[in-house]
Amino acid sequence: MIPQNFTYQAPKTLEEALALLADGTAKPLAGGMSLIPLMKLRLAAPERIVDLGRIPGLNYIREEDGKIRIGAMTTHYEIETSPLLRARCPLLATTAAHIGDMQVRNVGTIGGSLAHADPAADYPAALLALEAEVRLVRAGGERTLPIRDFFVDVFTTALEPGEIVREVVVPVEAPGTGTSYQKVAHPASGFAVVGIAARVRRGDGKIALARLGVTGLASKPFRADAAEKRLEGTDGAETDLRAAAAAVTEGVEANSDLYASAEYRAHLARVYAVRGLRSALQAA
Amino acid sequence: MTHAITVTINGKPYAHQVEPRLLLIHYLRDVVGLTGPHIGCETSICGACTVMVDGKAVKACTMFAVQADGRQILTIEGLATDGRYDPVQEAFWNEHALQCGFCTPGMILAAKQLLERNPNPTEEEIRHGLEGNLCRCTGYQHIVNAVRAAAARMGG
Repeated sequence: MIPQNFTYQAPKTLEEALALLADGTAKPLAGGMSLIPLMKLRLAAPERIVDLGRIPGLNYIREEDGKIRIGAMTTHYEIETSPLLRARCPLLATTAAHIGDMQVRNVGTIGGSLAHADPAADYPAALLALEAEVRLVRAGGERTLPIRDFFVDVFTTALEPGEIVREVVVPVEAPGTGTSYQKVAHPASGFAVVGIAARVRRGDGKIALARLGVTGLASKPFRADAAEKRLEGTDGAETDLRAAAAAVTEGVEANSDLYASAEYRAHLARVYAVRGLRSALQAA
Repeated sequence: MTHAITVTINGKPYAHQVEPRLLLIHYLRDVVGLTGPHIGCETSICGACTVMVDGKAVKACTMFAVQADGRQILTIEGLATDGRYDPVQEAFWNEHALQCGFCTPGMILAAKQLLERNPNPTEEEIRHGLEGNLCRCTGYQHIVNAVRAAAARMGG
């Protein structure tokens, strides 16, 4: 379990890091909780590593203009325990608590997790339900993408060579919003066999807003638009939740593996969507 | 190409030249000679290699030694002070929280981190906190008992 050798660079500033990454031949290292295991298995063998861990100023959670900005190098533990997120955007904090284990959450970062884009990662479900934005930077430029445009396919994102995740932006929840993350964890790996992030808001006794982020089910995490539309405008009765949840898997090509067939995964997604919506409504 | 690193391990300074690919666990065991942190699964699942880096419990099989440059490392060897066991170590002894002992160094350091953050955890919180540490003897009940005993002893 020894990785192939590589050149190691540990820049002290973001500018320096982006310059080192600019030609697209180096791999950025954040917390390393995904990259290092891949390198040990030699599924990844980068010739050059740019360690982002020595750059100050990439680790923060702060509220600005009605939004919460999270630096890419913020760890899962910091997100899980952030009083600001717990109070103002609890879905992200509670989702972070489901990732890996204590030691992994101590080191793993939100930027690294997003860039890795494991189709069974936990954050994407929550970030999709939150309609988050990701700010990406490269040498000489930056852009901001809605999270749903960020995930492209299995382990594939919209990141261009030389570009890194700089920041994640999530909303401050409006009053009357309830959220919940419901996960079927694989018993050995802890990854999401299926993970559902539900976010609902009541207004005038009806469901004014419904958002459902789904991970683990398909080759990339997605928003269950049809289910959301079916729920909005209803009273949020149990039958409404069931009807909406049934739409979560419509038109979705579900993953299949030794642990869970596509059919079983789709069943889990519908059951956990009902649980997620129910729990989110109770919190609203 | 090798890199010069300096680290403080269990209060003592060390300086070595290391290849970037050298994992922290191999550095601790093969270069420094501290064999308390164990290599179990080598895939960041089992937690037998858990050490503290700047006060955070990490899996030393999933960190490069170069990443630890300039940092403070605590291994199980450094936990006792002046010949007196840490309350978590003592509780593991008293509660018979080990059979073969292979997972114990990682389990104790993870338990220590858990109690630093939550001095009076419920059984559920203990089990959640120790999810990253596997005991292949499956002696989990005594481990949970030991963490509860340590919490009580430490005044949690």
